[in-house]
Amino acid sequence: MKIIEIESLGKKYRTGQIVSYKTVQDSLSSLWRKKEPMGIIWALKDISLSIEQGEVLGIIGANGAGKSTLLKILSKITYPTEGKAIVRGKASALLEVGAGFHPEFTGRENIYLNGTLLGMGKSEIAKKLESIVDFSGIGEYLDTPVKRYSSGMFVRLAFAVAAHLEPEILIIDEVLSVGDAQFQKKSLAKMESSAKEGRTVLFVSHNLAAVKSLCSRCVLLDKGKIVKEGSPNEVVAHYLSEAGQETFPKTVESNMGNDLLRINTVSLITTEPTARIGLSQPIIIEIAYEIIRYSQIKLNIVLFDQGENCLFGSMSNHDRPLPVGKYISTCIIPSNWLNEGRFRISVAGFGAQWTEPFRIHKALVFQTYDDGFTKDYFREYSGPFRPQLKWNTERGNN
Amino acid sequence: MSEIKATLISPSSNSLDLRELWQYRGLLRMFVWRDIKLRYKQTVLGLSWAVAQPLFTMIVFSLLFGALAKIPSEGIPYPLFSYSGLLAWTLFSGGLGRGASSLVTETSLVQKVYFPRIILPLSGVLSPLLDFAIAFVILIGLMIYFGYYPSAMMLFIIPLLLLQLLFTLGLSFWLSAINVEYRDIAQVIPFLIQLLLFASPVIYATSLVPARFHTAYMILNPMAGIIEGYRWAILGTERPDYLLGISALMIIAILVSGAIYFKHREKAFADVI
Repeated sequence: MKIIEIESLGKKYRTGQIVSYKTVQDSLSSLWRKKEPMGIIWALKDISLSIEQGEVLGIIGANGAGKSTLLKILSKITYPTEGKAIVRGKASALLEVGAGFHPEFTGRENIYLNGTLLGMGKSEIAKKLESIVDFSGIGEYLDTPVKRYSSGMFVRLAFAVAAHLEPEILIIDEVLSVGDAQFQKKSLAKMESSAKEGRTVLFVSHNLAAVKSLCSRCVLLDKGKIVKEGSPNEVVAHYLSEAGQETFPKTVESNMGNDLLRINTVSLITTEPTARIGLSQPIIIEIAYEIIRYSQIKLNIVLFDQGENCLFGSMSNHDRPLPVGKYISTCIIPSNWLNEGRFRISVAGFGAQWTEPFRIHKALVFQTYDDGFTKDYFREYSGPFRPQLKWNTERGNN
Repeated sequence: MSEIKATLISPSSNSLDLRELWQYRGLLRMFVWRDIKLRYKQTVLGLSWAVAQPLFTMIVFSLLFGALAKIPSEGIPYPLFSYSGLLAWTLFSGGLGRGASSLVTETSLVQKVYFPRIILPLSGVLSPLLDFAIAFVILIGLMIYFGYYPSAMMLFIIPLLLLQLLFTLGLSFWLSAINVEYRDIAQVIPFLIQLLLFASPVIYATSLVPARFHTAYMILNPMAGIIEGYRWAILGTERPDYLLGISALMIIAILVSGAIYFKHREKAFADVI
């Protein structure tokens, strides 16, 4: 049986609509001011797709390809601009772990809050409470306010509630990227078993390995359209090869921030026209930002490889408070250190004491290429790193 | 397997689905419970705060307007007169404040979870009811102290209360939906509530307003008819038939138009908020 049928679905945004809200004054003044031309973005266009009961469908694509928009439409959070979809059966959407969690409430209270929001009844939650607590491993902290939890505990509890949902259709957006490796494994296993029970699962992820191992079918979205559909291995391979030919800009505007600072651009310093750099060059990441309020801030970068494996993170280590104004911080990844490949950098900003965090997930993407550092070996090096290490050779004692 | 419910997702908006709303009553209960619990968490006095607000306002009003300004209160002791008005007023202002900001304060939920959005203003309007019940007990105490004995007439409070909740809800539909797009509303609400207090017969009786303005008064402020209604049911003042009738018509108009506007804007909430 076709459990979801999507017919030429499209979703249009006006640019600006998603960025900021208006005040009455803005609307009034736009009456007599010359109208600035409004841009229109089709986040989704002409999506047609049908999903059989019991299928686990993976949805992959670059950021901004429309994956989340598609999930939001199917879970009725937002409406399409054109086309239609028919969803047969009870659908639960997990677009965020811990939706509705309140820091003042205890773990137990939050289980009820979150469970109800996800569509569980009170008696259903009561019945599953023990199993949820077991799964999360929060144990004795059940009656402690969540604000005293570590972030790991918080995530584990939130996912535990979600893992106990039993809808006919489960819609999941990138929630497996949270938690430590061990917990991720546990969550993946839980998803696998729920798929085996005949549940239909729609699964968006950047974790291509997870998509390959979990999904029975896969769809690749690009700029709001389905560009490839088929077996996960085939689609993932296509995605990776396409991505290899792409070029990326050297400077990416982000304009994201909080009350303390706003990150304007993140750039790669290179002599190339696009974000490419030779292995023998130091990789200089330049973050241009504005301090909005006199404060001590911290920046953090995290590097990911092509398979979306996290390689490392680095925290800025200048600690003096900065007056209001524009700043540029640079972070230098040493030369002869990374391997050839494509890398993604995410940038985060914090206030002192790690308050008001925000993260730009795709702050910059760049490619490295071999510019002749190995003179005589031209085959592939494995792994994301290719460091020039110190080797010593001495004559041994006979 | 039971029959499978098919949901159609299309660009046209859905009409108000009361059956779905009923299915989500557990969530409504949860939101109300959460709001009440949060308000009194980490407070020393806890629920006594529910009493403090109308009680101290009554004391200040009695000193200022009763004892000093000597505003006539239709022969009723001024503390009792103003408290009976404040009782309804506190419920109204609390419900409107919460209801009107309900969507914006739950931005992340609106963006990430589906549920009938109408639950948010609804829970905002209902959550101050516990405070109302507690403040009501104090009213009975005050009545006995001033020699007014509760009678069966007080049962009329129930329909009046219902009417008042519908009014608060109607206004909350309008304001919460506009607030999603225009944050000016957040600035307007406290100001509006303050102004409306003086435009309501809390401090004074409607009889103080010239009779030819009564109709306009009730149209502009339906709370006036309701407050007069409460006084009639509690203290046996003159029955405000005409005033209450106009208030009720006005309330129905605001409620229906509010619900239509809310449903119409609902589609865009997650994109605009």
